[in-house]
Parts: sequence; C-alpha cells; structure tokens
Amino acid sequence: MTTLKIKNVKKVYPNGADAVKGVSVDVEDGELVVFVGPSGCGKSTLLRMVAGLESVTEGEIELAGRIVNELEPADRNIAMVFQNYALYPHMSVRKNLAYGLKNRKTPQAEIDTRVSEAAELLQIAEFLDRKPSQLSGGQRQRVAMGRAIVRHPAIFLFDEPLSNLDAKLRNQMRLEIKKLQRRLKTAAIYVTHDQVEAMTLADRIVVLNAGQIEQIGTPAEIYSNPATTFVASFIGAPPMNMLEATTTGESLEIDGQSIPYSVKHSGRVQMGLRPERIKIVNGEAGFGFDVTVLEDLGATRLVHGHIGGQEITLAQDADLPAPSGHIKIGFQPDDVLLFDEATGQRILT
Amino acid sequence: MTTTELEQSASVPHAKPAPSRKTFGGVRIYDHVVLWFGVFLMMAPLVVAFTTSSFDHVLIHRQGMQFGWGDQFSQTYSTVLNQQGGFTGEVTGWLMTQNSFILGIGFAVGKIVISMLAAYAIVYFRFPFATLAFWIIFMTLLLPLEVRILPSYEVVQQLGLLNTYTGLILPLIASATGTFFFRQFFKSVPNELLEAARIDGANAWRFLIDILVPLSKTMMAAIFIIMFVVGWNQYLWPTLMTTDETYFTLVRGIKQVMQNMIGADIPKYNEALAMAMLAMIPPVAVILIFQRMFIKGLVEQEK
Repeated sequence: MTTLKIKNVKKVYPNGADAVKGVSVDVEDGELVVFVGPSGCGKSTLLRMVAGLESVTEGEIELAGRIVNELEPADRNIAMVFQNYALYPHMSVRKNLAYGLKNRKTPQAEIDTRVSEAAELLQIAEFLDRKPSQLSGGQRQRVAMGRAIVRHPAIFLFDEPLSNLDAKLRNQMRLEIKKLQRRLKTAAIYVTHDQVEAMTLADRIVVLNAGQIEQIGTPAEIYSNPATTFVASFIGAPPMNMLEATTTGESLEIDGQSIPYSVKHSGRVQMGLRPERIKIVNGEAGFGFDVTVLEDLGATRLVHGHIGGQEITLAQDADLPAPSGHIKIGFQPDDVLLFDEATGQRILT
Repeated sequence: MTTTELEQSASVPHAKPAPSRKTFGGVRIYDHVVLWFGVFLMMAPLVVAFTTSSFDHVLIHRQGMQFGWGDQFSQTYSTVLNQQGGFTGEVTGWLMTQNSFILGIGFAVGKIVISMLAAYAIVYFRFPFATLAFWIIFMTLLLPLEVRILPSYEVVQQLGLLNTYTGLILPLIASATGTFFFRQFFKSVPNELLEAARIDGANAWRFLIDILVPLSKTMMAAIFIIMFVVGWNQYLWPTLMTTDETYFTLVRGIKQVMQNMIGADIPKYNEALAMAMLAMIPPVAVILIFQRMFIKGLVEQEK
C-alpha cells in the first residue's frame, strides 16, 4: 500500500517565489525515499508541506488514506527530525521524548513504556535524566530521533538530520538511521543535499532541481541511467564528465578526435562519461589527453586533465603508475551517455 | 613506548600551563586602585548615612553628619518601624514596607507579564500592522510618566481607582523596554523549536507556557531586577495617586518623617536616615538574589 501520495503539489510564497512547481511522488509502506538536490531546489519546502509547517498552494497531499492539506502538523500523524535537533533545552531527555505524548493526553503508563522502548532502541536510556546541553551532537541526534519514534507516526520526516555532525559520526549515524528505519518498517522521507547520503540510504531517490523533479529511481538506476545532465552531474563523486561532442551517426567526435560510435542521433550533443569508466590506454587508439593535476585519495587516484580545450577527470587505481604529460585514454561506447545539448534531456541510444 | 607516545607525554606539561597570577603586578594594583576608588565613591555616603542614623537628632542638627557610632541605634530603628506616624497616626514603618513591596513586586511582575505577552504576539503571530504596533509601543519610550501624568491621573480617577493598589500599579505596567527585550529574545529562539512544538501538538498557549517561559527565565530575572528597583523607588505617581496614608510607601515615608517635624521642633534626621537605610535593603537584596540566577543563566547557555 501507499503511505503518502503527493499529487501535483505546488508552492508559491506570498512574495511570488515559485518554490515547488508541481511535484508528484508516492511513498510506499516502509519505504525510505530521499529527496536530494542543491540548496534552493524546493526539497525542504516539499518536506515541510508534508509536515504541515508550510501551506500547500495547489495540489493534494494524502497521508495514510486521507487528505491532510488543511490539517495541523500535530494532527497529521507525522514525526519530524530537524537539522539542528530542535530539542527543548530546558527539559530533560525524558521530558523531551514525552512532551508530544503528554499533549495528546496519552496515559502516563503508556508514555513511560514508549519512552523506555525508544530509549532502549536508541541506546540513550542512561541519558534520560540529562538536559540536551549535557549531550554530544550524536546523542542529541538520537534524542531527536527518539522523539520521533515515540509518536509511532505513519511517516518519518528527516530534514538534513546529519548536517550538524562531523564526518565520522555522520557515516555512523547514517547507517543507524537506515537500520532503525528497516527495523521499524515505517515509511520515511529523508531530505539531504549530500548525494552520498542519498545513494547509501535510499530505497528510491527523488532528484529535485529548481522546484521540479528531475528523476525518480533507485540509487542504481539514478547512477547508471541519469535522465538529465543535471542528475548525471549531481549524483556520483567525482562528478560525471560532461563534454561537448558531435555525433554523425557512425562516429563520435570530441575536439577533432573521433571514435566509431553507432547512434541514430546526429549533431551536437552533451556527452557524459563517469570518471571510473575511463581507462588509460597504450597505443594509437584513443583520445589524446594532457594531464594537469593528480589527486591521490588513498585507494583511488583522480587524474585531471583535458582533451583539447575540455576539462576531464578520470579515476584510476592508486596502485597503477602515476601518469604524466600527454597520454591516450579510451572508454567503452556503452559507457557513453548522450544528452540533448539544448534541453539537457537524455538521448537514448 | 613509541616516538609519538614519548612526544605526547613530554608535551603534557605544556598542554595546560598553570595560570600565572601576578597579584602585585603593576596592572593589577592599578585595577584595584580604580576599583577601590569606585567603591569609596559609592559606599561612603551610605556609610555616613548609616552611622549618622545611630545618633540623636538634636546632636545631628547641631554637629552635622556623624562618623562614629551613636547610642540611639536600636531605639531609632524600632521607632521608625513601629511608631504610628503620619497625620492620622495609622501608618507604621512596617506598613509602608509592605506597601513598597506590593508596589515593587506588582510593578515588576506586571511589566514582565504584559511585555512578554506583547512581544509574543508581535513575534509569533501574523496580524496586520504588527511592525507598526511594535514601533508604536516603542515610541512610548518618548512619553515617560511625567509627560502624561495629568491624563493618566484623570483616567485612574474616573475609574475610581484612587487610593487602591490597582490604581497604583496598573497604569505603570505597560513597558516598551520590556517588550523590546522580550521581542529580541524571542527572535533569537530558533524557529525549529516552534515547529517541533507544533508537531508535538502544543497550541499557542502551551508553547508560551511550556517552552518560551522556561527559556526566558534569565530574561525575566534581569527585567525583574531592574523593574523591582524602579517600582520600589516610584515617588511621583504614588504621591499623586494616594492620599490615604495607609497606602504610603517607604520612599514617601522618608519625606513624611522630615515634614511632620517641621515647626518649632527639630527635624528627626536620624529617623529619616534610618528609614532611607531600611528602604535600601530590599532592592539590594533583590539584586543579590537574582544576580546569581542571572549569571548562572548567562553561563549555562540553553538555547
């Protein structure tokens, strides 16, 4: 069944800013959907509309079978985890967890059970009587999640919950969020601008840009079959190389150098190529490539350089000898993705 | 032990250098001189007033302010507190102290409540001309009590509130300063806290009581300190508002002591000074008590 249906939702702010321009997404039961996009793409606005913190200008939001457009956040059966945790600073952890339940007139015995359950699950039982100011960032994040869990909501809403943590803790918490969500089998929307978080956490990714959906798909689909140049360059690190090229039907030409390439399209195109799909080749077949900078990342090495006037990056195993000067690079025609030069839409070959 | 461990253990003493305290360094002596000079300026008049209050009024009249310790201390202070004074003979020092407390606390608490509610409305509710409303409130800073005292008196008189505590307190409790402080504070409270509370099912009232009021404790303490002292020291308004002597405050009592004795008799300087000393104790106590809370609030950043 579907937990959440977002139907052609639009948001126009009173000052005329067009934040969300007609978005439709479904979130299935128990699914973790990640909204990803650059800042200002409308992902947070969309989440806040689901939460009820922003009004919906147009369209419908249906949660667990009922339209919630006009409902107060408290009546929507959602729970939200904020970027800055938004814990009540003057309340103990226990009171923070219990506050929402208390406002709902939940019986005290029930509150106690739920709080200790959540505390157990998140390993914060020993901090229950501390104030948030006495906790570390990771612990506060757990409390914020605990506050969401005790509500037994229909859907969890995460608004960049890991942005305030340091890199190591972020990786650890990311894994924990995923495990927790799997265990609770509750649907969740997770908003982030970090494509690594999106790739690792998501059952499905929704890539947003300028208030519109660019693509919806599993991480693997998004990675290997990006629908637009935006998705192609946004997902993946290091980002996909984007080159200006020309197809003639039988060949692909980059800055005067060409390889045989059979495609129905002919004319100028944007050519996408993942850095890890490019190989350094010996011999004559291949594109001439001038190395400019090397970046060693431990396991892999990034080689920056250019083909003619166009910047290009390739990733290679760090064990291989470091290239320098003018070399030849090659790639499989299957790894080349073509996009329309004007619209950025994928040209299926 | 590896090299790094060696280095670490060697560097430990350097990691936390003991704070050097040069008590007799030139700078510190200079600091203390300035400090003591300030203390002297502030405290000397009080000390002289206190010592003088322990002498006989005739002696004071003849010889001026005294620095020693007289023999009239307990007698003077018990007279001031217990003697039935004033025109009607119904008012004692204790009663005036009580009135001062009612005025001071009512004034401070009233100001906190009113300005907090006003700031809450301005910051958290979208209503037409909210900014204008704020600036109108702010502009009342330009209209102190002395400027609007006649219309204020007229209103209070027509409401029949002359010679009541309500009349004494109510017209004074609207506070632009308080509203401004609370507004600035509320604006600094992260918006997510409001959103979290909304998701947690707190309505506007609950959010104010459960979240904002506890968070504002230090603000409230600070405003209470200032406003209690201001309220306690009110002179002009109570003088105008109350003709019934049972509503007299200590600050008015000081003048009363001097005034009543004018005539052939020598003014009772000692009693006036004793009353001034007594009138000073509660504001000082309030500052000392709330100051600790105030500093604690500043150190433990809760937001």
